[in-house]
Amino acid sequence: MNIQSNEARCTSCHAGYGWKDAKKFDFTDPTRVDCLVCHEQTGTYKKFPAGAGNPVKETKVFKGNKKTYHPPEWNKVAQSVARPGRKNCGSCHFFGGGGDGVKHGDLDSSLMKPSKTLDVHMGVDGQNFDCVRCHSTTLHHIAGRVYTTPASKHRKSLIEDDLASKITCESCHSSTPHKSHNKANDHTDKVACQSCHIPEYARVQPTKMWWDWSTAGKKKNGKPYQEKGELGKPVYDTKKGDFVWEKNVKPEYFWFNGSLQQLTVKDTIDPSKPVRINWPVGSREDEHSRIFPFKVHRGKQPYDKVNKTLTILHLFPKGKDDKDAYWKGYDWNKAIAYGQDYAGLPYSGEYDFVETSYVYPTTHMVAPKDNVVACIECHSADGRLASLAGFYMPGRDDFKAINVFGWILVLGTLVGVTFHGLGRAISRGRKED
Amino acid sequence: MTGKKMVNTYLYTRYERFWHWLQTTLITILLVTGFEVDGLYTLMGYGTAVEVHNFVGLTWLIAFAFFVFWLLTTGEWKQYVPTTKKMFTVIHYYMIGIFRGDPHPVPKRKEAKHNPLQRIAYLSVAAFLLPIQMISGFLYWGYNSWAAWGLDWLSLPVVAAIHILGAFGVLSFLVGHVYMTTTGHTLFAHIRAMITGWEEIQEGVELEDWEKRQRKGRKAGEPEAPSA
Ligand code: HEC
Ligand code: HEC
Ligand code: HEC
Ligand code: HEC
Ligand code: HEM
Repeated sequence: MNIQSNEARCTSCHAGYGWKDAKKFDFTDPTRVDCLVCHEQTGTYKKFPAGAGNPVKETKVFKGNKKTYHPPEWNKVAQSVARPGRKNCGSCHFFGGGGDGVKHGDLDSSLMKPSKTLDVHMGVDGQNFDCVRCHSTTLHHIAGRVYTTPASKHRKSLIEDDLASKITCESCHSSTPHKSHNKANDHTDKVACQSCHIPEYARVQPTKMWWDWSTAGKKKNGKPYQEKGELGKPVYDTKKGDFVWEKNVKPEYFWFNGSLQQLTVKDTIDPSKPVRINWPVGSREDEHSRIFPFKVHRGKQPYDKVNKTLTILHLFPKGKDDKDAYWKGYDWNKAIAYGQDYAGLPYSGEYDFVETSYVYPTTHMVAPKDNVVACIECHSADGRLASLAGFYMPGRDDFKAINVFGWILVLGTLVGVTFHGLGRAISRGRKED
Repeated sequence: MTGKKMVNTYLYTRYERFWHWLQTTLITILLVTGFEVDGLYTLMGYGTAVEVHNFVGLTWLIAFAFFVFWLLTTGEWKQYVPTTKKMFTVIHYYMIGIFRGDPHPVPKRKEAKHNPLQRIAYLSVAAFLLPIQMISGFLYWGYNSWAAWGLDWLSLPVVAAIHILGAFGVLSFLVGHVYMTTTGHTLFAHIRAMITGWEEIQEGVELEDWEKRQRKGRKAGEPEAPSA
C-alpha cells in the first residue's frame, strides 16, 4: 500500500512528529523525530492511532479499537528516558501494517516477553537481549537495513572487525559456530543461519498471510462490519476485505544478498500473473548471496486496467465529508482517482484487482538448537527447497538416466545370476536322478 | 563330481581374510548409507547417514592404502595381473561346463587364487571401479575446500553423477560376486575358505608357469597343507 494521502495514520510510526500536511512536512528535519517513542520507559506514552504522530491532549477514545488514549504525564515520561527496550522498538515494529503481526511474521507482540523456545536471544528465561543488543547504533544510525543496498557484504565476527556497521548472526557466532566436522558448518557459505534456525515463524501469534482488497466494501444492514476467525483475528473487514491468518508458518526460501527490489507505482505490470511488489535480489553464483527464509504475504489489490500500473489509494478520510476516502465512501474509483491525483500520477478511470506478493525476510524468532530444520526437510525432492533450481543437492536432485542405467545393471545382474543358479540346480538334479 | 581327490589347502592368509571382510563391511555400509543420502529411502536419518558415510568412506580410504602397500610388498599384486590364457575356457566353463558338472578348468591354488575371469573382474573392480569411487567420494567430501585446493573448476553434479554411477557398479558387482561364491564344489566352499582360510581343492593339478606367482618359497609361519 502507500503512505501518500494517508500520512496522518502512517506517521504515528514512520518518523513524523507533528505531521500536518505532507506537502509541507520536512521528513529530514531531525527535530521532527519523536525521541520519546524509543526512549521513554513508563509505557504510558501512546500516540493516538490517527493523530499524525501526536499523543492526545485530552483523554479520547479511538473508534477503531475502542481503546482510551490518555494524555501523557509529561514529567514522568520525560524523566524515564533511557536506552530503548524491546517494548519501545516493538511499539512500531510489532504492529507494522496497522496491527499485530500484519507485516512481519517474525516481529510481533509475542516478542515483548518471549520464552526461550520462541527466541533464543530475546527469551526472558534466556539471554533476554534487547533489540538494540543486535541493532547497535552509531549516532542513531541503527545497524539494521536499508533494503536497496545489500545488508552485509562482509560476514565477519566482531573479533575480526568490531567496527562492522551491520550486525549479522556471524558477528557474534562466526560463520562456523558448530562443532567441528558438523555438516552445518559446510552450509553457511550458501545457506543463511536463519534458514536452518527458524523452522517456522509466527510460532506464538498468528501472522497475516493473505489480504484480499477486492472483497472490501460489503456491508451488513448497510453498516461496515468485522468478522473474527478461528485464531481470534479478523477474517473480514468492510474497510479492508478478506484476510487469512496463519500460525507456525514454514518460510519460503530464495537466494538473497540482502537487497530487496521494489516495484513502484510507475512500473508497468503484467496482470495476467501474480505481481511481485518486492522481491529478493541474489543468485547462487553471487558469493554474497545465501538461501534465506521469507514470509511471503499475498493478496489482491486494485490496479489501473488501462495504464497497467498499481495505484495509490486514498483510504483514510481527511475530514468528516471526505467521501473520496475509501473508508468513508467505499468507492474504489474515487479513492484511486484521488490518490493518483494527489501523487501526480495518471489514472485511466478503470480498475480491477490483481494478485500481488510481498516478501519479508525472516530473522527473528531463532529457535533453540534442538528445534532446527532437519536435513531431510531440505534434502528431499519435495522439501523446502524444491522450488530453487540451478544447483545440485544430494537427496533432492537425481540423474534420471544414471538411475535407469544403474538399476538395469543391478537388476540385470540379479536376473542373470538367478537363471544361472536355477540352471545349476536343475542340471544337478538331473544328474542325481 | 570328478574322480580327483580333494585336498584341504590353506588359501587365504589371516590378513587377506581380515581385509576381505573388513572391505565387505565397509562397502556394505557405504552402499546402505550412500543410497540413503541419494534419497532412495530413509533408514537412519539423513544427518546420520551422511556422518556414517563420510566416516566409513575415509576409513576405507586409509585401509585401502594399507592393502595396496601389502599387495606391493608381498608381490600378491601379481595375482591380479590380467591374462587371456584360458580366459575363454573359463567363460565356457561358467556358461556350459558348470551345468554338466565339469571340473573347474583353472582350480584355485595357493599361488593362483584367481582364475583368469576373476583376475580381469577383480582387476577392473580394484583398479578402476573402486578407485573411481574413492576419488569421486573424496572429492565430494572435500567439496567445501575445492576453492582452497584449486579445484573450483570441478562441478558437484558431475562428481556426484560419477559417484552414483560407481555406486551402481559396486552394487551390481556385489550381486554377481556373492553369487559366484556359491559356485565352488559345494555351495559354501568358497565362503568357508574366506572365513577359515582353508578350502578343499583338487589334488595334483600342476600349476602352469603363467599361473605362478614369482616369489619362491613359503613364508614363515604359514601352515603346511594337512593331508585330507
Ligand atoms: C539476535 C540479534 C537480534 C535481535 C535481538 C533483534 N534483531 Fe532485528 N535483526 C537482526 C538481524 C541480523 C537482522 C537482519 C539484518 C540484515 O539483514 O542486515 C534484523 C533485521 C531487523 C529488521 C528489518 C526487517 C527484517 O526482518 O529483516 C527489523 C525491523 C528489526 N530487525 C527489528 C527488531 C526489533 C524490533 C527487535 C526487538 C524486538 C529486534 N529486531 C531484535 C538481529 C536482531
Ligand atoms: C544446514 C543447517 C544449518 C545452518 C545453515 C546453520 N546451522 Fe546452526 N545448527 C544446525 C544444527 C542441526 C544444530 C544443532 C547441532 C548440534 O547440536 O550440534 C545447530 C546448532 C547451532 C548452535 C548451537 C551450537 C551448540 O553446540 O550449542 C548455534 C549457536 C548455531 N547453530 C548458530 C548458527 C549460526 C550463527 C549460523 C550461521 C552462520 C548457523 N548456525 C547455520 C544447523 C544449521
Ligand atoms: C549480539 C550477539 C548475537 C547475535 C547478533 C546473534 N546471537 Fe545467537 N546467541 C548469542 C548468545 C550470547 C547466545 C547464547 C549462547 C548460550 O546460551 O550458550 C546465542 C545463542 C544462539 C543459539 C543457540 C541456542 C541454544 O539453543 O543454545 C543459536 C541457534 C543462535 N544463537 C543463532 C543465532 C542466529 C541465527 C543469529 C542471527 C539471526 C544470531 N544467533 C545472532 C549471541 C548472538
Ligand atoms: C535449509 C536447507 C538445508 C538444510 C536444513 C540442510 N541442507 Fe545440506 N545443503 C543445502 C544446500 C542449499 C546445499 C547445496 C550447497 C551448495 O551447492 O553449495 C546443500 C548441500 C549439502 C551436501 C552436499 C555438499 C557438501 O557440502 O558436501 C551435503 C552432503 C549436505 N548438504 C548435507 C546436509 C546435512 C547432513 C544436513 C543436516 C545436518 C543438511 N545438509 C541440512 C541445504 C540444506
Ligand atoms: C563402495 C563405495 C561407495 C559407495 C557405494 C558410495 C555411494 C554413495 C552414494 C550412492 C552417494 C549419494 C550421492 C548423491 O546422491 O549425490 C554417496 C555420497 C557421498 N559419498 Fe559415497 N560411496 C562410496 C564410497 C565413498 C568414499 C570412499 C567416500 C570418501 C570419503 C565417499 C564420500 C561421499 C560423500 C562425501 C558423499 C556426499 C554425502 C556425504 O557427505 O556423505 N563415498 N556415496
